[in-house]
Amino acid sequence: MTRLYLSCDSCALSVGADELAQALTAQLGEQIDLQRTSTRGMFWLEPLLEVDTPQGRVGYGPLTAEDLPSLLAADLLNGGDHPLCIGLVEQHPYLARQQRLTFASLGHNRPLAMEDYAAQGGWSGLQRALNLSPQQIVDEVKESGLRGRGGAAFPTGIKWQTVLDAQAPYHRGFDEAVKFIVCNADEGDSGTFSDRLVMEDNPFQLIEGMLIAALATGATRGYIYLRAEYPHAHRVLQQAITLAEQQGYLGEAILGSHHRFHLQVRLAAGAYICGEETALLESLEGKRGMVRAKPPLPALEGLFGQPTVVNNVISLASVPLILSKGGAHYRDFGQGRSRGTMPLQLAGNIRQGGLVEVAFGVTLREILYDFGGGSASGRPIKAVQIGGPLGAYIPPAHFDTPLDYEALAAVGGMVGHGGIVVFDDQADLGQMAAFAMEFCALESCGKCTPCRIGSTRAQEVLARIRQGEDAEDNLALLTDLCDTMEQASLCALGGMAPYPVKSIVKYFGEELHSVSQTPSAGGQH
Amino acid sequence: MAAHIPLAPVESSTEARIRTLAGDLKQQPGALLPILHAVQDTFGYVPECTAAVLATELALSRAEVHGVISFYHHFRTRPAGAHVLHICRAEACQSMGSAALERDIKQLLNIDYHQTTADGSVTLEPVYCLGNCACSPNIRLDDAVHGRMTLAKTERLLQLLKEGQA
Ligand SMILES: Cc1cc2nc3c(=O)[nH]c(=O)nc-3n(C[C@H](O)[C@H](O)[C@H](O)COP(=O)(O)O)c2cc1C
Ligand code: SF4
Ligand code: FES
Repeated sequence: MTRLYLSCDSCALSVGADELAQALTAQLGEQIDLQRTSTRGMFWLEPLLEVDTPQGRVGYGPLTAEDLPSLLAADLLNGGDHPLCIGLVEQHPYLARQQRLTFASLGHNRPLAMEDYAAQGGWSGLQRALNLSPQQIVDEVKESGLRGRGGAAFPTGIKWQTVLDAQAPYHRGFDEAVKFIVCNADEGDSGTFSDRLVMEDNPFQLIEGMLIAALATGATRGYIYLRAEYPHAHRVLQQAITLAEQQGYLGEAILGSHHRFHLQVRLAAGAYICGEETALLESLEGKRGMVRAKPPLPALEGLFGQPTVVNNVISLASVPLILSKGGAHYRDFGQGRSRGTMPLQLAGNIRQGGLVEVAFGVTLREILYDFGGGSASGRPIKAVQIGGPLGAYIPPAHFDTPLDYEALAAVGGMVGHGGIVVFDDQADLGQMAAFAMEFCALESCGKCTPCRIGSTRAQEVLARIRQGEDAEDNLALLTDLCDTMEQASLCALGGMAPYPVKSIVKYFGEELHSVSQTPSAGGQH
Repeated sequence: MAAHIPLAPVESSTEARIRTLAGDLKQQPGALLPILHAVQDTFGYVPECTAAVLATELALSRAEVHGVISFYHHFRTRPAGAHVLHICRAEACQSMGSAALERDIKQLLNIDYHQTTADGSVTLEPVYCLGNCACSPNIRLDDAVHGRMTLAKTERLLQLLKEGQA
């Protein structure tokens, strides 16, 4: 019997992995043992089928059920050659050149198999944390240099220290002096999917990270605030939590210790602003997702007024390794004040889109061409938007910028959550500028005028510029509006929505003036 | 055993069903969103009486509940068609031609966003990223994401729906 591997991740499913699995089982039945694993994160190859051979796993993709006859004729079950064969998967340059720390298990585990998680070294960070004091755990995370991967890049260890030091008041609803760990799984930025990958492909890693955060800060309850657009991740997380409870990792007396931690998934409801941590807390409390003024810091007065850690999925998923291998091990990757690895997500008009986890410091050009292989359309890349809808559009002149927090900021960009969206020369960036303001207006929580009204005004002004009306005056007005939004908005939605617009004005100014006849962007294959 | 337990009379009015849904969840702090999800999952939308019923159940004002329902894009206050089709409008999908796909699908269904086809089969909604941005453009049909979409593939999916297979 030959062992085959095929991902059950929602990306693989979205391009026909289940249909392929059915066809394989129907045709090969007893001859194969088909394992549904996590994805490799090489999404342009999905569905990617891997075959166990004495030399290692040989991959084939992207496949459809129609490819089966020719694959079988090419001796698929012995790793035979075929036009869609990519050779030994581990040796594929896309993987071989990465430094996968947080995503080391990708492709090697069945997402809900606890034995697979343990076999990949899972729970060893937790085991170690159970033998450390809270302060020692926090120190380990500080030592790692980990900065929040949700966008704001705040040092995780310092946030945990604040919550550890905070005295929690008694809360009647919970009947204890409760502290919370809240996982921000709202992943709203276009071009990002690394949170989804953790949750769908290795959910126990997130649970372990949250448990360690709880031990570090004395928190006894946790919530995963998950975007409603991720139904597959929702199902996987629910099952993973149930399994972890049954095995004594969650609930009372964790692994027989005196620690307890109760974890729940809470579904969001389609509001981008609820990714902002204070709006998220309001939403968890059952209210409108209105941004809160800071202070007080959520670390001191967070969910239901209690001390609360709010961390992104990737931040939390980085912690098990930091505990098991030590903070110094993690810190030794990266450069300057950007330590460790960054799971970059290559998306949009790119030939080889997927997850690229590398140490900070790789240049954008290497990511786009060495990993990405250039645009999907084969046309020149005109711009990339990094860090989600509030990120600047970066022109090719800056493609030699190394990817780290400070270097990217120096050219007006941001790492954010690590999403890189690629546009070819057919894209209408004037339209993208208008879209940035449209999105801001749509998603504004409405608390401050510059964001709520300014974004709508900016859309109108942009429309006039695009029609060629008083271009100069309107451009001055646009600049004014952008400045006001930047300076007078309470949070980064209004405060940074001008960034993409200003970068387009600066680098692609001529595109503002042309209204194209066709809907924006090219590259449909 | 179960046969000996007297069954509670089945309350069938919408109000009563919403009350039952709330009853299972309202003990937990911050219960409003989970309850609204349960309501929408049950009815396909959030019926008009929801605000009044939940205001009583959760000791909130009706305006507060209404404010929450209207804040979130996910909650709809009108019934949806048998299936909901979301088209991703966010940047990565735009870079791969989603605007043209969007235009074509609207034309095919002869509806705009937030509308339902005349036969009641499909409601069309925009969505801003489905987390599948390396396989753009994307759509979501009910709970399943479909990547690398084209008009032809969308037509095939809708055909399968009609035949009751998707
Ligand atoms: C408009 C807006 C949207 C945001 N969306 C997210 C999000 O989807 N996921 C996330 O982790 N952080 C998001 N953030 C950042 C959070 O406010 C917060 O910094 C983060 O959750 C903290 O976790 P970290 O330190 O682990 O990154 C957003 C911020 C803003 C202003
Ligand atoms: S900037 Fe916009 S989203 Fe942020 S608080 Fe103000 S109105 Fe709300
Ligand atoms: S932008 Fe469409 S799936 Fe992310």
